[in-house]
Amino acid sequence: MALLEVRSLSFGIGNRTILDDLDFQIDRQEIHALLGSNGTGKSTLAQLIMGCSGYQPGAGKIIFDNQLINELPIYERARLGITMAWQEPARFEGVGVWDYVSLSKSDAEPAACLDRVGLDPALYVGRLLDKTLSGGERKRIELASVLALRPRLAILDEPASGIDMLSTGEIAGVILSLKREGSSVLLITHREEIARIADRASYLCKGKIIDTGPPDEIAEQYKSRACKVCDGVICR
Amino acid sequence: MSNLNDMMRVLGDYYTDAAILANRQTAHLVADGTNLLSLNEIPGVSIAAETRGEEIHAELIVREGVHIINPVHMCVGILAPDGAQIIRLRTRIERHASARLIAHCLFPNVVAARHVMNAELEMEEGAQLVYSEGHYHGMSGNTEVMPKARLRIGPGARYFSDFSLTSDRVGKLTLDYAVTVDEEAVAELTARVFGHATDQIRIRDEMYLNGKHARGLIKTRVAVDGRASSEVIGITHGNAEGARGHMDCMEIVREQAIATAEPIVKVTHPLAKITHEAAVGTVDQKQLETLMAHGLSPEQAVDMVITGMLR
Repeated sequence: MALLEVRSLSFGIGNRTILDDLDFQIDRQEIHALLGSNGTGKSTLAQLIMGCSGYQPGAGKIIFDNQLINELPIYERARLGITMAWQEPARFEGVGVWDYVSLSKSDAEPAACLDRVGLDPALYVGRLLDKTLSGGERKRIELASVLALRPRLAILDEPASGIDMLSTGEIAGVILSLKREGSSVLLITHREEIARIADRASYLCKGKIIDTGPPDEIAEQYKSRACKVCDGVICR
Repeated sequence: MSNLNDMMRVLGDYYTDAAILANRQTAHLVADGTNLLSLNEIPGVSIAAETRGEEIHAELIVREGVHIINPVHMCVGILAPDGAQIIRLRTRIERHASARLIAHCLFPNVVAARHVMNAELEMEEGAQLVYSEGHYHGMSGNTEVMPKARLRIGPGARYFSDFSLTSDRVGKLTLDYAVTVDEEAVAELTARVFGHATDQIRIRDEMYLNGKHARGLIKTRVAVDGRASSEVIGITHGNAEGARGHMDCMEIVREQAIATAEPIVKVTHPLAKITHEAAVGTVDQKQLETLMAHGLSPEQAVDMVITGMLR
């Protein structure tokens, strides 16, 4: 049963086509990994689904829980239950980590959410979400805020980038816990080992989904750059 | 008729527990217009003040080696709907002394008023001062405030200041600070202002890093909306070996407001280094979208970004 359906979606900037008649869907409580090389349109698809500024489909439909959301602004999509963790999360002067993780109207405890992403809550009570945080800390806090939101669909753009390799399993555990708590996850990643925790995976090249299937198979395909669309020219 | 109780009530309304002025262990000076209302000295802190014509002349000295535990409070302003207040303040922090000075500048009922502060500060070797100046000007927009300070930070001394005017209207603000920083000394100037309607903000901070390994930071955070205007000029001179300075200016502009930033770097010593960064414009789109992706409305998101920047 699809929670999100993307139908015949196209998007371009100027004369350049980024997404080309793309079809894609995510089921309820599904972790769906999206693999693809740099510049193939993964983050663009994420921003189109979230409704970011400048990301209006040229053609096609984005349907969330049977509702066409093409025209909805980002905050109304958020209120439907969609959220996104950017690959490079924004930093905010003067905004406390605690306040940020508490933005959610859910009953999730900020301390518990920070703890689940491997951050000791006591050490972050007085910290600000500014440039004093390392990239890895900022990514973990973004994940904590997603946990606190209890979203219906979490779009995670490269959630493990900037986080040390030893903690990959920890991040994977957080993503799996999102699913256990009822969320669907669009998992955008370069890392096959992260993609393998998904229920399904899709391989994106030249703005098209070229294959969807079991994550192990898609990850292998991606690893060998066995791309039917570009013959390895882009997926190298 | 203004009196100390009125000033204490206003202080309590806008800033802090007014009981601090009743604590005999806390040094303070309170003035409404040209009326000196209260003065308290403590061991190690001398305060003298008198009214001379239309001006208040005051002197604050923290004696050598004294470390003041409770902040020194200076509560000034005008409680009447109109008037003028001119204060000439000389402050000296003697060798290896340390203190915190908090100035509360209150103009809550003003229809039209003018406040001029001419301050001179001398910090002797190894001294430390943390200075906070908070303003409340009410809603009229007819308050004209001109804080002017000339500061000398002696060898190895440390000075940190924070000027804040972020509630209600600004009126017309002309802030003019010039700081000379000696060998191994540190000076950090921060100003945070939020202008609305037709408010006019002009901030000029100039820092002379004259001593070997002197360090300085000028940090400015301004938000303007309505038809307010803001002009920020930061000037840092790197005049000695190992001098390090940085200017960091951020101005958020909304509606028909106008903001300018002009960082000026002057280096006269080949081993000095001054850097600057300025961001002037609308609220960062990625910040807004991040907050809206958490369900905040555009207005709530803008408010959170600006409030954070000015905090």
